[in-house]
Amino acid sequence: MTLTNEHIKQRLVEKFGEQVSGFEEPYGMLTFEAPKEMNLKVLNFLFDEEELKFRFMTDLCGAHFPGNNGKELAVVYHLHNLVDNFRIRFKVFTDINKPDVYTASGLFSAANWMERETYDFYGVNFVGHPKLKRILNVDEMDYFPMRKKFTLEDQTRIDKDDEMFGRG
Amino acid sequence: MSRPVSYNLIKKPLETDISIADMPEGHQGEGFFATKLNNIIGLARKNSIWPLPFATSCCGIEFMATMGSHYDLARFGSERVGFSPRQCDLLMVMGTIAKKMGPVVKQVYLQMAEPRWVIAVGACASSGGIFDTYSVLQGIDQVVPVDVYVPGCPPRPEAIIDGVIRIQDLVGKESLRRRNGQQYKALLDSYGIQ
Repeated sequence: MTLTNEHIKQRLVEKFGEQVSGFEEPYGMLTFEAPKEMNLKVLNFLFDEEELKFRFMTDLCGAHFPGNNGKELAVVYHLHNLVDNFRIRFKVFTDINKPDVYTASGLFSAANWMERETYDFYGVNFVGHPKLKRILNVDEMDYFPMRKKFTLEDQTRIDKDDEMFGRG
Repeated sequence: MSRPVSYNLIKKPLETDISIADMPEGHQGEGFFATKLNNIIGLARKNSIWPLPFATSCCGIEFMATMGSHYDLARFGSERVGFSPRQCDLLMVMGTIAKKMGPVVKQVYLQMAEPRWVIAVGACASSGGIFDTYSVLQGIDQVVPVDVYVPGCPPRPEAIIDGVIRIQDLVGKESLRRRNGQQYKALLDSYGIQ
């Protein structure tokens, strides 16, 4: 049997009811969200269920929505069912002042480094992660560079030698 | 029609065919020549610089052209490109240096023996270049002292050769006492070296 978006949606709603929400299908890919406390329950359900078998994590990333009060930071999981070659996208949102999300590294080993990267750039604190430290940036960095609170470069700044770049 | 091939059409007199460095200033007479030790050491050093390429991006490609037969850096006595910092005199940093790479550049610099010189090739090594961002070092002079900057993005091989000639000029004119002086010590102290 091949999977369909409707079938997966139906199974999720049967299991979690009102708690899974925001179903949409951008470019045909099923996307939904759940409360952040639920993320492991949903991932485990998708992993274990004999029909669904989403046992491969393609990607895990963060996103910052500054206007989204109380849900500023998103953690996005891209899952892949290798048997039926089917992909879905799952999001949880968290408050930027308390960015605690349970780690998925126990379920998917691939999540280990990707959660470190998400922590590095967005400051999402993955609770239970075996080694949550910066992975790409220098250890001394004391800010999260991909958060949308940094202004663009001031074109009139003079601390760079413009002649070197033809900007003078 | 066969291709006309001919060799050595232009006869070169032997003495102009061999490149010889100019004699330093001094006094000479029959059987003796007197000059300053500085000049002799400088002459020897400047014509036998061993470069250490630290190439991270496109400027490194230009450097490969510089080392090749067309531009031929070997003409300036830099025949031997070393990949071991302990034997090299000239650190050539070519390309973008990320902040995470900064300590590596510094480590390589520390491993080089005195006297040592540094040349920053290209906009990125000189000032961060177009990468005006959180992850890129805004010029290697934030971690090591630099003697010559070569502008360009990337600079042409001629520009790199020009930089090396300027380094040669510095090397040839450097006082033997410079590296023991207070000023040099203060410079290294400002980079937290020794």
